[in-house]
Amino acid sequence: MSFKVIGKPRRRVDGRAKVTGQTRFADDIVLPRMLHCRLLRSPHPHAEIESIDTARAAARPGVQLVLTGKDFPVPFGIMPVSQDEFPLANGKVRYVGDPIAAVIAKDEQTAAEALDLIEVKFNILKTIADSQEALLNPEPRIHEYGEKGNIHRIQAYEFGDVDEALANSAHVFDDVFFYEGNTHLPIEQHAAVAAPDGEGKLTLWSSTQVPHYIHRALARALQLPAAQIRVIACPNGGGFGGKCDLHNHEIVVSRAALRLGRPVKICLNREEVFYMHRGRHPVLMRMRTGVTKEGMLTGMHVQTLLDGGGYGSYGAASTFYTGVLQPVTYQLPRYKFDACRTFTNKPPCGPKRGHGTPQPRFGQEVQLDKIAEKLKLDPAELRLNMVEKPGALTANWLKIGSIGLAECIRQVVARSDWKNRYGRLPAGRGIGLACSSYLSGAGLPIYWNKMPHSGVQLLADRSGQVTVFCGATEIGQGSDDVLAAMVAEVLGMDPYDIRCVTGDTALTPVDLGSYSSRVTVMMGNAAIQAAEKLKAQIGDAAAEQLEVLPARLSFSQGRVFVTENPDKFLSFKEAIEFAEAKFGTLGAVGSYSPPRSPGRYKGAGVGPSPAYSYSACIIEAEVDQATGWIAVPKIWIAHDIGRTVNPVLARGQVEGSVYMGLAEALMEEQVFRRLPPKMSHALVHKIPSLLEYKSPTSLDMPEVDTILVEDPDPNCPFGAKEAGQGPLLPVMPALANAVFDAVGVRIDELPITPEKVLRALDLKAIGKTPRVGPENFPSVPYPKPIYVATPAEGGDGKERKRDDAVAVV
Amino acid sequence: MVAIPQCVQLELTVNGEAAPVSFAPYKTLLEVLREDLGLTGTKHGCELGECGACAVLIDGEPQLSCLVLGVACAGKHIETVEGLANGAELHPLQAAFADLGAAQCGYCTPGILMTAKALLDKNLDLTRDQIKEAISGNLCRCTGYLQIFEAIEEAAKRMKA
Repeated sequence: MSFKVIGKPRRRVDGRAKVTGQTRFADDIVLPRMLHCRLLRSPHPHAEIESIDTARAAARPGVQLVLTGKDFPVPFGIMPVSQDEFPLANGKVRYVGDPIAAVIAKDEQTAAEALDLIEVKFNILKTIADSQEALLNPEPRIHEYGEKGNIHRIQAYEFGDVDEALANSAHVFDDVFFYEGNTHLPIEQHAAVAAPDGEGKLTLWSSTQVPHYIHRALARALQLPAAQIRVIACPNGGGFGGKCDLHNHEIVVSRAALRLGRPVKICLNREEVFYMHRGRHPVLMRMRTGVTKEGMLTGMHVQTLLDGGGYGSYGAASTFYTGVLQPVTYQLPRYKFDACRTFTNKPPCGPKRGHGTPQPRFGQEVQLDKIAEKLKLDPAELRLNMVEKPGALTANWLKIGSIGLAECIRQVVARSDWKNRYGRLPAGRGIGLACSSYLSGAGLPIYWNKMPHSGVQLLADRSGQVTVFCGATEIGQGSDDVLAAMVAEVLGMDPYDIRCVTGDTALTPVDLGSYSSRVTVMMGNAAIQAAEKLKAQIGDAAAEQLEVLPARLSFSQGRVFVTENPDKFLSFKEAIEFAEAKFGTLGAVGSYSPPRSPGRYKGAGVGPSPAYSYSACIIEAEVDQATGWIAVPKIWIAHDIGRTVNPVLARGQVEGSVYMGLAEALMEEQVFRRLPPKMSHALVHKIPSLLEYKSPTSLDMPEVDTILVEDPDPNCPFGAKEAGQGPLLPVMPALANAVFDAVGVRIDELPITPEKVLRALDLKAIGKTPRVGPENFPSVPYPKPIYVATPAEGGDGKERKRDDAVAVV
Repeated sequence: MVAIPQCVQLELTVNGEAAPVSFAPYKTLLEVLREDLGLTGTKHGCELGECGACAVLIDGEPQLSCLVLGVACAGKHIETVEGLANGAELHPLQAAFADLGAAQCGYCTPGILMTAKALLDKNLDLTRDQIKEAISGNLCRCTGYLQIFEAIEEAAKRMKA
């Protein structure tokens, strides 16, 4: 198949606006009579609100409105199962930073000053600091809902008899890992502007990745018909998952704008962005893995314990994601997965790039390195021998499509000279490898419905203009560029001649949003369907004019021509004119829903995807044995993208993922400390600033050799899979494995800081096990597992009652 | 006690044009540019001097506009991203950033473009290390920086030609 647009390196269609300062982010919106909002946030991690006195704040000159929890009786939450937040605290605060009151004033300064005049009396409650404390302290309960005590979600699944598989294995590896939480850190702070339009309906502009979900959740929170609300997703100044929730401030400014009849804006400051969080869950995990003496997997039992923070957010899904994708990468005959998410008095965790899967991926790939070490096998060969087969159905009933993983491994092995360097570099220098896989879009929406996941509408008229409408949201990844490229390829147009209208619930068909790496696949399939319909109309009219059958026409480079005789042609504009004359106003729609997944058990909805991407990564590390400092001179990464839509953007997604993965491997952590008892003993964020929350700068970024492997997937538009999240996943374990190759110590805990390396080197020096990481996994009251027979063992995808299944504690 | 005026009036020179403006004296240059002059191309990521998103040129030097008071800029020449293109023609840095994927979300881009402009205004023969050093105060969360380095190198090459 030869493409005119797909696969060609191009400036993105919205590239010019981004370099001229014309891209309009939410905080760039200024409206006449606009007011400004600031939020009063809790100084306590866990407290009951006894009273709030807003009289002095309300009386301050310039203040227009003060709102408190009384103004917001309806709880909200992004997932239907976790409606546990209030826009402003309803009698209780659950983390430092939980919003309590709002002031709307003539300017930000006045609003900020008035916050100081609000008097709140608290009854301070005992604080739950982490997931193990949550298990040990069922009281006080942070929420009145959930499983029990401070457990939000707890679940267990078993696919085939794993204990039997482990008992029959040549070796069983049992490891405990910890992955510290970290945050998205988009450079754009969340902003929102709400305004009543001329008819009194509400418009909300916001830095959101998910305008449709916001639209839906906002209607519920405000108790208004959704048709009275318009949500416009401004281009996001970075998302990474942090702008996927309905946020308190979005509801507050909406209510205020409707109450006052004037536009109201809010822009969070950097400290508030740290409190808003919804980032990577801290996860403690145990992995028991059986292997044959040749190093093939026989079964795996993963147990995870998540620290969820103060609210549900996407946590119900995150909990599943700490286990469901483990079987997608390698052949794994049997699999068991227990997970538990706890509530703690910290900012809520949620989806960050890789959503729940980087943590177990880290554990699995480090454990595979240990398996290779023990069996004296090359870690690359070990993995190559057990890459999952194309078209396979995994033990947990996930349907795989194309798999380019073997080629990814071969590429990074060859280009890094792995065979001559692994285990052979001088002391202090090492090289490590890891692999991964990820979703190309979640198979189910976050609320149950049978409607399309993405819709695209096309309009064309006699001017020659083609406009494409889609609810998809540009968060930097280039969703507008993918949209234009898909339509342009089908219609034979220049992508820059296509006008994109996106992310506006009043104008565009529903797209579920920029999350779960779903946009290219779902929007792309919908766009191709719409474009093919429009092409058929235009082709029909053009064929009549050119006196040939429509099937003999080609669309390319702005012309519609007879394939065997290109001199016989119409310009695209002329062809549209004839089509508009023949058919009337021209338009076409396309939509996409993912294929139904074969799993039939309760919970089978998390994990299925139209396609899975694959990555392999090799990292070279230099470890200074005197200081523990880790330098990374070079990274090789190969990513199976299915098909590259625009190599410039694809490379950017891969390298951006590598950057963020390296950041999580080496330094980033969202950590907390207790204030001294005499100062309330509160649990506060240790470092809510960009200066103290260490992230890599231009000086820290290593050289990266990026390889795009193309193994087109039949479910995907032109075969294109995702690239925005998957390539992050192998980076953390590859770094840990490189550190082991360099100095022979295992750091089973992220981030891998110099202090941990030194501690491990000290252990090595005195002959103790050279390892730093969690020593054991706590007792978690997982339920008796839902047992599902695997496809290979004659299962039907449904739960099977088993008398002998016992609860694992 | 000295009375603080509600508003000061002064004249800045912004992108080569006289810009008379009145604003509350506590405002930073960033706020004056964005709120009082309507130049929202300059971004903010922290307003504490940590991220580099608000970098503009003051008398040719890159400065964080969130750390400079507006009242300190009377008579100074300020350059922002809005003044970078020559009419409809993009500055070579802008063109290279757009062509080579150096702008993903585009939010840190104005600050990096202005920082890079100051660098290229002085020297077109740059090493990769000099580029890394020059933009080490500008955080980018999307790209991993590599396409930014390449775009600055490409712009220098185009400007030399």
